[in-house]
Amino acid sequence: MSEIASLSTGARQRQGSNIGQPMTRRDGVLKVTGQATYAADNNPEGLLHAVVATASISRGRVTHLNVEAARAHPGVVDVMTPQNRPKLAQDPDAKDHPFMFRLDLLQNDRVRYAGQPIAVVIAKTLEAATEGAALLAPTYDAEPAEVGLDGESFVPQVVGPGAPAKAEVGDFDAEYAGSATTLDATYETPAQYHNAMEPHSIVATWDGDSVSIDMPTQGLGMAVGRVAGLFGIPPENIHIRSPFLGGGFGSKGMPAGPQMLGIIAARHVGAPVKLVLSRQQMYGPVGHRGQTRQTVRLGMKDDGHLTAIEHHTLTTTSRFDDFLEPASNVSHTLYAASAIRTTHAGTRIDIGTPMFMRAPGEATGSAALESAVDEAAWKARIDPLDFRLLNYAEVEPISGKPFSSKALRECYAKGADRFGWAKRPLEPRSMRDAGGRLVGWGVGTATFPAIMFQAAARAVIRADGSGLMETGAHDMGQGSWTALHQIAADGLGLSMDETEFRAGSSDLPDAGIAGGSGHTATAGMALHRAGEDVIAKLVELAVNDENSPLYGAGNVGVVARNGRLVRQDDESRGEPYAAILERAGLAEIEGKGSGVPDAGPREKYAMYAHGAVFAEVTVDPELGQMRVTRLVGAFAAGRVINPRMVESQYYGGMIWGIGFALHEEAVHDKRSGRIMNANLAEYHVPVNADVPAMEAILVHEDDPHVNALGIKGVGEIGITGTAGAIANAVWHATGVRVRRFPITLVDVLNGADAG
Amino acid sequence: MNRFEYVRPTSIAEAVAAAGEPGSAYLGAGTNLLDLMKGGVTQPSRLVDLTHLPDLGQIEQLPDGSTRIGALVKNAALAHDPAFAEAFPAVAEALLSGASAQLRNAATVGGNLMQRTRCAYFTDPASACNKRAPGSGCDAIGGENRAHAVLGWSDHCIAVHPSDFCVALTALGAIVEIEGPAGRREVAMTDFYLLPGDTPEKETVLDAGEMIVAVRLPAEAAAFAGNQRYLKGRERTSYAFALASAAAALKIENGLIVEARLALGGVATKPWRVQAAEAVLAGAAPGKEAFEKAAEVAFAEAKPSGDNAYKIALGKRVLARALMMAAAGTPERMPALPASPFAPLPEGVVNV
Repeated sequence: MSEIASLSTGARQRQGSNIGQPMTRRDGVLKVTGQATYAADNNPEGLLHAVVATASISRGRVTHLNVEAARAHPGVVDVMTPQNRPKLAQDPDAKDHPFMFRLDLLQNDRVRYAGQPIAVVIAKTLEAATEGAALLAPTYDAEPAEVGLDGESFVPQVVGPGAPAKAEVGDFDAEYAGSATTLDATYETPAQYHNAMEPHSIVATWDGDSVSIDMPTQGLGMAVGRVAGLFGIPPENIHIRSPFLGGGFGSKGMPAGPQMLGIIAARHVGAPVKLVLSRQQMYGPVGHRGQTRQTVRLGMKDDGHLTAIEHHTLTTTSRFDDFLEPASNVSHTLYAASAIRTTHAGTRIDIGTPMFMRAPGEATGSAALESAVDEAAWKARIDPLDFRLLNYAEVEPISGKPFSSKALRECYAKGADRFGWAKRPLEPRSMRDAGGRLVGWGVGTATFPAIMFQAAARAVIRADGSGLMETGAHDMGQGSWTALHQIAADGLGLSMDETEFRAGSSDLPDAGIAGGSGHTATAGMALHRAGEDVIAKLVELAVNDENSPLYGAGNVGVVARNGRLVRQDDESRGEPYAAILERAGLAEIEGKGSGVPDAGPREKYAMYAHGAVFAEVTVDPELGQMRVTRLVGAFAAGRVINPRMVESQYYGGMIWGIGFALHEEAVHDKRSGRIMNANLAEYHVPVNADVPAMEAILVHEDDPHVNALGIKGVGEIGITGTAGAIANAVWHATGVRVRRFPITLVDVLNGADAG
Repeated sequence: MNRFEYVRPTSIAEAVAAAGEPGSAYLGAGTNLLDLMKGGVTQPSRLVDLTHLPDLGQIEQLPDGSTRIGALVKNAALAHDPAFAEAFPAVAEALLSGASAQLRNAATVGGNLMQRTRCAYFTDPASACNKRAPGSGCDAIGGENRAHAVLGWSDHCIAVHPSDFCVALTALGAIVEIEGPAGRREVAMTDFYLLPGDTPEKETVLDAGEMIVAVRLPAEAAAFAGNQRYLKGRERTSYAFALASAAAALKIENGLIVEARLALGGVATKPWRVQAAEAVLAGAAPGKEAFEKAAEVAFAEAKPSGDNAYKIALGKRVLARALMMAAAGTPERMPALPASPFAPLPEGVVNV
């Protein structure tokens, strides 16, 4: 059944297609009235509460847990530890494919990062479980922890989810050595945590060998696969509902260890169990963005043309698994140079495994590359926008492939015009506001690949002429319920109100993963194809039926419009879907479709969304305090399904870029390895007062190659370009180049004092 | 379990009697205390809920011209009280620069005075902290201490006092009215907080069972209304604690400073009145030169307690700027970003 009630949100005049219309969220009223049921809102009969006890050391062994004290606490039902945890069908440390991450499921007494689950207390109330967890009072055999970038490094085979760690075109060493001007600069980015508003949670109910699960996930299909593997049960025995997510940003892409512990706990106690992480517990077992130290070397001619680009990234991963932030790879695509070399190295530290986090690689890599390009532009005394245009990549530099479409010039032009960039003085420290504060302007180029995964969808037209579209898609808050519904309705030639749209459940056709900014393209294409399929079947019925006004119209073509099939050469001749089904004696007709990347065009073309972000930063020259006062982004990402949602995605990404540039950092105590700011008071993200007047410009772009709908994806690109633009604006304001993120007032003051 | 008794007294006398029990804690809005209890940082055995007591929610003008603020007045209510904000604009500005609107709507005056440090080692029960567990040591020393104190710290504790409100109160010579088992007494804000020394767990002069009933601003404090500001340097534009802040109040007559009242926040283990710096300003012409000199004097004793030497330079600049802003005159309207460097600046204040 549908996970969201159909809501009337007032009269809406449909103008042509639904695609392209700025529809408000279909689930908006449910959310703002508290009727949207998030995973942890479910309370099945007989529910017990589980609380995870976590390690306070970063490396070592648990030597004792006071299980007796916890068990003795009133309301505590049981305590699950490595001693009594039910057997699993699969070792949590097994790894069969790059999207499979090793989990901490109480397999032994080892502690490999602070915040690792070491026991689970199950009780009749949340309070009793919480107290039970506290009573465990663990003791440890602690070993020295390492949490920085300075340990022993290694050269990985792959980075990110499986990209080559090294790529090269041309002869970098020769080009760099022969350059008229060079830049060699090293940038650092800290560990960052996703901090979705909704913590990771799960409600699990077993019935024999079947399990019913409510949990937020960005990948229902993969979650089913992981649960099936761990518990040794067939996928059809697993039913996961995930209608709403309070944000995911990559941290809910793969099932997290604590969520799996909730399922294990439910099996252990033989009752439904709810497990919800606290904010603090989200700093450890649910992924983060790894630290990076990136060295960018640029060589250029006297006229500012880049000849050589090298981007090397050293990044952290855990002691026990690999996820290496593929930061260098952003240098494959953005700027033309005859020689490009990108490399990566990793270092293992005592942390939870890093994970996909909004624009993994692109966000960190772009912050460094855009800073370096800005530094090079200044060396050449060329306006940083002109410098970027001078080095504009007409084809993808690393591969030589043409772009499937690239409206970046228009992004630069529209953004610059709106921002007033033409008035920017070349020299830093040359603008002030009315109060005497320093003002700087910076630009950054945004990019993100147009990725597609695999998705399936089912389309139905019912006897009454209404439609149903199903795909197990995920709405992380970005508006999938709405955008995909728009595509679904158009696929059936119906209005949105005539089209029931179902998503958010593993019982529906697999919609792939809501990640890589590819969900709308992938699930959208599946819906589009399912619509084509069901309409084709309907056409087949009509054109072969002597009693249909469309009889014999197969040759001229028939199209679906407003719930009717009509002749393409004369739209006045046709009939409603209902009439066709009625004559055929059918209660409904069904079609299927899949969304997959087209191998041919993907072989031939480089496919990316692009954008340009312009930032104004105001800096107090004496106090060093900084504030982004204006932000304009212009983005071209193929076809826009819903401009309202897309604009919001750009805003969200750009605001995260503010946080990346000026605020976000997980601070580890270097002795214990523990994160000392694992809460939203001390782990700073931008607050309203940090978010300036901002504007996102949607630049028109037609892409005939990415997919039939022309969709690229908008979920992640906003954060790229923005952090660099802000760093560059800080430099332009102050003359101080800070190469460590987040840029703090101390950096600015120290830089000003030094310079 | 951290089982605690919950007591809801109906009079101050009842409250004081109830809190005489060892391990008791007074509960105001609980915006800080309840978090600490949930985090296992403090474990009071009895909560004495003051929020239902009558008569502690008033802002009154007393016959002697002083202003008396009841301990249960909400931070937001005080900051937005027109008469109060007109008489003590820097106090209102400090209040509005603290926490978030939601917290200010809940938090009380007495609770603000009694809030605990945000030192991460204090709030993390797995860390050593002499304030939380006397004698256990101080993991902030040698740890992540960018935000820690450069004034007033000891080898036992380097944590800063987090309040903005108390800084402005301290500058203006506020007096704390205390009720306790031995009756009523009054203590100046400057004497209310203790230096950590070797007993950092003992933060105030309050004895067991004693409670704050009111804070009083003396009549003479209102004489500074025309030239007073609070300025707060921090890492984001709102909802962040001060790295360095200052309250500056000046009485200016015939172009000369007659009297100055100065206090520092975010840099010291308690709200830090700087009377030596005030003395420098008495009789001086307002201006950059005098203000920078006062700032030097204010931080003469400062020394880094870790990775925080920047706070000395920053603190001096914040104080000098607060003085420049105060000298320029209290703004007619509260800035939209109170105490922020990004609030509108009087002309000529920034000249670097």
